[in-house]
Amino acid sequence: MKVTFPHMGHLWVSVAAMLQYLGVEVVVPPPTTKRTLTLGSRYAPEFACLPLKLNLGNFIEARELGADTILMAGGCGPCRFGYYAQVEHAILEDLGYRYRLVVMEPPQRHAGELLAKIKYITGHRSWLEVARAIWFGFQKARLLDELERRAHYLRPREVRRGSTDRAFGEALKIVAAVRHPRDMAKAAEQAHRIMSEVAFDAYRPVLRVGIVGEIFTLLEPFANYDLERKLGHMGVEVDRSIYLSEWINDHLLFGLAGGRRTRKAACRAAAPYLNHFVGGHGQETVGSAALYAAQGYDGVIQLMPFTCMPEIVAASILPKLKAELGIPVLTIVVDEHSGEAGLITRLESFVDLLHGRKGVEG
Amino acid sequence: MPRIGIPRALLYYHYFPWWEAFFVSLGAEVVISPPTTKAILDRGLEHAADDVCLPVKVAVGHVLELKDRVDAIFLPRLVSVAAREYICPKFLGLPEMVGHSIKGLPPLLSPGLNLYRGGSPYHFFAALGRALGYPPWQVLAAYRRACRVQQQYKRLLESGLFPEEALAALRGRHDAAAPRDTMGSPLVAVIGHPYNIYDAFVSMDLLGKLGRRGIKVITADSLSEENVCRGAAHLPKRLFWTLGRRTVGAAYHYLQWGRVDGMIHVSSFACGPDSFAGEFIARRAHRMGLPFLSLVLDEHSGEAGMVTRLEAFLDMVERRKKYREEGSAS
Repeated sequence: MKVTFPHMGHLWVSVAAMLQYLGVEVVVPPPTTKRTLTLGSRYAPEFACLPLKLNLGNFIEARELGADTILMAGGCGPCRFGYYAQVEHAILEDLGYRYRLVVMEPPQRHAGELLAKIKYITGHRSWLEVARAIWFGFQKARLLDELERRAHYLRPREVRRGSTDRAFGEALKIVAAVRHPRDMAKAAEQAHRIMSEVAFDAYRPVLRVGIVGEIFTLLEPFANYDLERKLGHMGVEVDRSIYLSEWINDHLLFGLAGGRRTRKAACRAAAPYLNHFVGGHGQETVGSAALYAAQGYDGVIQLMPFTCMPEIVAASILPKLKAELGIPVLTIVVDEHSGEAGLITRLESFVDLLHGRKGVEG
Repeated sequence: MPRIGIPRALLYYHYFPWWEAFFVSLGAEVVISPPTTKAILDRGLEHAADDVCLPVKVAVGHVLELKDRVDAIFLPRLVSVAAREYICPKFLGLPEMVGHSIKGLPPLLSPGLNLYRGGSPYHFFAALGRALGYPPWQVLAAYRRACRVQQQYKRLLESGLFPEEALAALRGRHDAAAPRDTMGSPLVAVIGHPYNIYDAFVSMDLLGKLGRRGIKVITADSLSEENVCRGAAHLPKRLFWTLGRRTVGAAYHYLQWGRVDGMIHVSSFACGPDSFAGEFIARRAHRMGLPFLSLVLDEHSGEAGMVTRLEAFLDMVERRKKYREEGSAS
């Protein structure tokens, strides 16, 4: 059995660690590229959202490397993600790619269903070891998130352009290479040291922008054209409304690991504007935008795939929030037809706008 | 006597008798917006966000139409109408999407109907009655009457009437409900959300066009829940959108039934649930070799293009039917 799974930012580091620790053979799909997108959008339904198209491309490319089992997350709506695995599997079958499909999702009838799926993947390993493996993967995600936050801080302030990206790339390699939980502490120290060697100017004035929206487009740099890096180089310190470890904590660990932010806080902040969940991260998007406004951020950028239902609801409510809280909001919709140059132009003018406002107010 | 406006959009085609009977029993006056026109759609486009789908834009137009004519607008938050199913995220956020994008609206009556964990729709009506200030006993009586009317409406739909015909029949105008006598003509299943196929403006009078060509039409709404469930059971996993499950269930049922000569799937541009439901239907229809037309509607749809495609599709349907009949006769 060679297990593969879709890409979503640095998710692969955690999932590969988890599975390899349990002795499962893993095929990490090749990094998402233009080819992945072309393959995916050729076979996916026209109005499916971008993440599905990229997933599909990942699976086709992983198949070329010999993968035969798909490990996917699922859900029970109303966001389309809950039905991704089934649609993708049906398309792959019709294309002649024979894959076994294992979907981790809230059980339909009883908890045994989920446990049986975990056993199917992990084989004879004990539950204690499975729990350890999950914790190992989660630790990696948490470490990477810390490093990413540091990179968000450093990028607009770095003395030598590009030094943050180089340092983060090295740190990522070190974290990804760890094969056993006992080596985590050492790797963390090393990675943090690499990041701390980046020279920066702490007094440089920067803009602060919060990025909210649909999780996949937030986490996957290919889907958002490296938005965070682009903004960083334009002198903007970014914060993301959701990080990978928070998502794993909320969705896979049932919030057991605790954390600095939960979806509850965001939903409370959303209440005056959208007092009901709308699936996906729609309500969190509205709430996080309100929170960023309250924390004095200079602007908010909403990211979403074209046709994303929850984010469309959020997007049609954000103008109201923008008017009431006086924070500029830019909505960016991505799909297979997006162009990088157009995005850069929009980002530059948004940043100009923020600079102008800050100059006037400050 | 409060005047309550109900937009002729979205789930109006499913639930209007239920809502109307409830309000009327309580002694309120019900005002329905007129059938969709270009003007209504245009006003909706002006106020709705760019990315929302056509049905929501139409609904916004209908709300604007009612705005100055009523004391309150009934715009329920339909979260779930069946256990472990949702409608669609846009229905969940509809009151906010409309409320935040139109200025000067009368109060919105937006109780939430959520049967995701089972239960009775009574709570929904109780909240509605409370919001209007009626005593509980009166609300209960109105609720029971409304449910009887809705049952009757459902039976009329299952007998093969289209919503507007069934509504006319409910009002006692039976002449409108003359059975469509179309023996021997091809049978085409039109699958899609009621607010797309029965809204003659939105669907560019698809049903009328088919009727004039002498095509017999069946839709998902004349199927009993039981048949829909049996059809939908072929899906790899239970579909969690009520409308999507009905669409796929009905399409699968008609495909298996074997007596339809063609199938038209009508969806709105960028409809989330339909992008998946349509995919399953199209794949199965292709496998079974049934003529299949997928019509995607949005505010830029041109009628001429649609007519051309429809004619080509119907030519195929008719030729195939003739060919088959000749084949079985010889």
